[in-house]
Amino acid sequence: MKRLLSKNTRRQTQTYAAVAAAFLIIQLLGGMGALSSSLKGMLVPICAYVVMAISLNLTVGILGELSLGHAGFMSVGAFTGVTCAVILQDLVPFAPLRLALSMAVGALFAAAVGFLIGIPVLRLGGDYLAIVTLAFGEIIKSFFNNLFLGVDSRGLHMSLISDNTHLEEGHSLIIGGPMGIGGIQKISTFTAGFILILLALFVVFNLVGSRSGRAIMAVRDNRIAAESVGINITRYKLMAFVTSAAMAGAAGTLFAMNYSTFTANKFDFNTSILVLVFVVLGGLGNMFGSIVAAAALTILPEALRQFSDYRMLVYAIVLILVMLVTNNDTIKNFLARPFARLAREKGGSVHE
Amino acid sequence: MTFLSFLISGISLGSIYAIIALGYTMVYGIAKMLNFAHGDVIMVGAYICFYAMSSFGLPPVVGILLAVVACTVLGMVIERLAYKPLRMAPSLAVLITAIGVSYFLQNSAQLLWSTNPKVFPSVVGNDGLKLFGGELSISYVTITTILTCLVIMVVLVSFTNHTRMGKAMRACSEDKGAAELMGINVDTTISVTFAIGSALAAVAGVLLCSAYPMLVPTTGSMPGIKAFTAAVFGGIGSIPGALLGGLLLGIIEIFAKAYISTQMSDAVVFAVLIVVLLVKPTGLLGKTIREKV
Repeated sequence: MKRLLSKNTRRQTQTYAAVAAAFLIIQLLGGMGALSSSLKGMLVPICAYVVMAISLNLTVGILGELSLGHAGFMSVGAFTGVTCAVILQDLVPFAPLRLALSMAVGALFAAAVGFLIGIPVLRLGGDYLAIVTLAFGEIIKSFFNNLFLGVDSRGLHMSLISDNTHLEEGHSLIIGGPMGIGGIQKISTFTAGFILILLALFVVFNLVGSRSGRAIMAVRDNRIAAESVGINITRYKLMAFVTSAAMAGAAGTLFAMNYSTFTANKFDFNTSILVLVFVVLGGLGNMFGSIVAAAALTILPEALRQFSDYRMLVYAIVLILVMLVTNNDTIKNFLARPFARLAREKGGSVHE
Repeated sequence: MTFLSFLISGISLGSIYAIIALGYTMVYGIAKMLNFAHGDVIMVGAYICFYAMSSFGLPPVVGILLAVVACTVLGMVIERLAYKPLRMAPSLAVLITAIGVSYFLQNSAQLLWSTNPKVFPSVVGNDGLKLFGGELSISYVTITTILTCLVIMVVLVSFTNHTRMGKAMRACSEDKGAAELMGINVDTTISVTFAIGSALAAVAGVLLCSAYPMLVPTTGSMPGIKAFTAAVFGGIGSIPGALLGGLLLGIIEIFAKAYISTQMSDAVVFAVLIVVLLVKPTGLLGKTIREKV
């Protein structure tokens, strides 16, 4: 038990160290002007996707429930966070503080939505839970595509489907239905993203190592056994799900504040799937894997730019091949054979 | 009279969903996997039929047959290359592979046929029946769609209930190991299931594009997701459930568009799905499996 814990701690320290090292190296390269402008533009989205991957890994890897609508929480975080930033524009002139407050608001709203969705959804299991999260993701997308929201001296006004806010002269809509949000001050920075990643890691690692985390994993491994030893299943499932939603919300705010405009369609089913791919490729329950996979797969389509039209095709083939190689025993053994022979020739024993 | 016409177009759209949902539900019943590439097989079928009719001037019937044959082969090839090696793998790995196949098909279609939308010529003409002195008009596309769906249902139900292969399919969906011990070739059975599902997808693609004649490489995605929803709605794994789920989903969608809001119709559809699943967690006609401790 002691060895297991210390192994976990070591792994966690390594993850923190790797993230910090990556941050320092990129800052150094940036300072020397060695980063291409396209890569520089991708730093904040990479951070946002890394946090999304950590967040979804908590749901899929630690809680063991498949969610196909995680982009919905990102969307909630993006819209509420940016709205908050617009309202605070004159009240809080210091941009990093405004960003932090907006992310907190985004996380709070996403957590609230996660709580509301979680109560009914977590009663279901397996593929049914997956389809319901997909459905919620689509509903959230439709909702923000039809939401009109604006602020004037009389307070906050909103309406659904068509613009009935009747704002006073000189005030314009913040959320403009299918037009989304426009004219955003881009206050997201790479440093903010880095801090958010560390924060997300801190939350997840502490949750996993705590009594609650062990209860969550017990529910994942055997629901009935966990229930029979007195673990309150709904409570722990909700705890993991809401934490995950909150992190996705903060990531959404970070992501949205990097662009001057965005619409609800940015956070659709494909985004949810994209993040799920990060999690599965990185390894379920493995946070470091999620971080690497999210960063690598966000850069990959850019790196494949020389293949121009073929890049998404190459991406698809890489995805299928990786899944086949990592999950099929015949292929795995075939690829492992040269290594096994090498080990034998060296006189070392081969582990079966 | 407008109510009746909405109902008919709902049933027509629902029939298309039902045909697609059949493919999802059969594959899920036997291989226990969510085949996310199914929606893109629909698109491939529609493109093949489109090019057979427009570039080679073939009659619609030949175009449909070509599409069915091509999609059947495509479905079997996908199963053999991408899914069969993963039969023992965790279900998430299979899901991601299916998503990879879906990306692959969409992007291949983009390269082969470009992203420019094609206007699909209706396979049965654009005329329709006029009833009640012209107050109610039903297009031939609608009639063909509903009839096709009914025929497919009847054939499929009798196939699964009365043929050797159908029996093998039902056996495999209940217990693959036991089925194998009884001398059933599980690999062949799964392959045939994919073949049937993909053939149905081709038919659905042609019908879908006859009714909504815009053809782009992503045409299949949204109907695919909706049909998947329909399959879950009716109880995934159940063939009558797919029909019921598809029809209800189509009718709800058209009514939501007509009476609530065009933009919010998808939200209404998904909200109904959620309510149904909360009341009946295995779908309308799904079997409840007791958990053994």
